[in-house]
Amino acid sequence: MVGLVSLDPPYKNLNTMNQNQQPLILAFCCHYCAYAAADLAGSMRLQYPGDVRVLRLPCTGKIEVNYILAAFERGVDGVIVAGCLEGGCHFLEGNLRARQRVERARQILAEIGLEPERLEMFNLSSAEGGRFAEIVTEMHQRLCRLGPSPLRPDPQRVEENVRELARQAEAALAGEAR
Amino acid sequence: MIVADRKNVREIRDSIKDHDRVLLVGCGTCVTVCLAGGEREINILGSALRMSLKLIGRGAVVVDECTIERQCENAFIDALAPHAAEYDAICSFGCGAGVQALAERFPTTPVYPGLNTQFIGILESQGVWTEKCAGCGNCRLGEFAGICPIARCAKRLFNGPCGGSREGKCEVRPELECGWQLIYDRAKSLGQLDRLLPIAAVHDWSTGLDGGPRKVVREDQRIEGR
Repeated sequence: MVGLVSLDPPYKNLNTMNQNQQPLILAFCCHYCAYAAADLAGSMRLQYPGDVRVLRLPCTGKIEVNYILAAFERGVDGVIVAGCLEGGCHFLEGNLRARQRVERARQILAEIGLEPERLEMFNLSSAEGGRFAEIVTEMHQRLCRLGPSPLRPDPQRVEENVRELARQAEAALAGEAR
Repeated sequence: MIVADRKNVREIRDSIKDHDRVLLVGCGTCVTVCLAGGEREINILGSALRMSLKLIGRGAVVVDECTIERQCENAFIDALAPHAAEYDAICSFGCGAGVQALAERFPTTPVYPGLNTQFIGILESQGVWTEKCAGCGNCRLGEFAGICPIARCAKRLFNGPCGGSREGKCEVRPELECGWQLIYDRAKSLGQLDRLLPIAAVHDWSTGLDGGPRKVVREDQRIEGR
C-alpha cells in the first residue's frame, strides 16, 4: 500500500532555502491527483517557487479543519488543499467535503483576524503537472503580496513545525490503518 | 438533545484574554452530537483561540484543551478536578447546564461559556438541527397529534392556525412550516381530527419558565444525607 502521508523527501533539507523570508506554503495533496501532478511537474522539469511543502493525503476528504488551523498555528504563511476535479474523486465526494471544510476554516481565519486568502482549495487531475506549478506560483505571489503570517516564528522553526505536523499526521493515519 | 452552537472566536478570546492559563473543556454528550463542543471542535477552537490571542499580543496565555464525557453531572467532572487547579480560568464548551455545573464545582475559578445554548431539538438532516420541545413542564403532545404547538407554532396557538397560515407556511418566516398545518395533517392521517374539535384548555404556564429554577425530585431514589 502506498504511504498514507508523507512529507515529500526532496523537500526535507530545505532549512537554508527558506531563510530569506520567502513565504512558506503547506500543500495538502490528494494521492490520486495533486501529488501525482506535483510528481509530473518535477518530471517535466517545470519551474515553480520552492517554498511549498507537500503533505500527501489518501484523499482531500481526509482533511479536517483542525489540520488546517494547526498548520497556521505553527506559522506557515499559506495552505493549499489540492484535490481531484469535481466528480473525479476516488472516494466519490471526498473533494466536495474538503471544499466545505476549507470554507469553514476560512471563516474561522477571518474571525481571528488572519486573511482567509491564505487558504485556498484547488482541483486538478494527475495529468496536470503544469497546473500544479501554476497553483503554487499563484499562491506564492498572493502570499508575497499579503506578507508573512503574523504568527510566524523564525523560518527554521516553521520548517521544524511543519515536519512535526507531518509526523503527527503520519502517526495518526498509521494508527487508523491498523 | 440539547442543541448549541459556538460563540464567535473574538467573543471567547475577549473573555479569556486577561488570564494566564485557560482550560477549554469540551463535553462528550449532546454538544458533541450537534458538532458544537466535542473533542474535534475543542481542537479547532483551541487552535483558533491561541492564534487569535497571539494576534492581539497575548500569545503568552496558555490555552489547553480537554473533553469530559458529560459536564452536567458532577461525577464526570471528577476526572477534570485534579487538573483544574493548574488553570486560572475555564472556558466551558458544554450547554448552559455544563457551564454552571463546572462553576459550582470550582468556586474560585471563573468559568466562561464558549457556546450559545439554543434549544431541545433533533437532527433534521446532516448539519441541520430543529427545535422540537420548549421544556414547558406540562406536555400536551397527546392532544395535538404529537406536534407541539408551543415549540412549532410561531405564535404558540392552542386552538388552530391564525390567519397567517398560507399553503402550509407561516407568515412569520416564509420558509417556516405552519405548526398547525402539521398538526392538522397528522391528525387527519391518524383519523383523529375529532380530537381537535374541543376547545383546548388554557395552558398551565406555572410549570414553565417562572418561579425560579425547577426541580424534579424522585423520593424513592434519594439517599439520606446527600
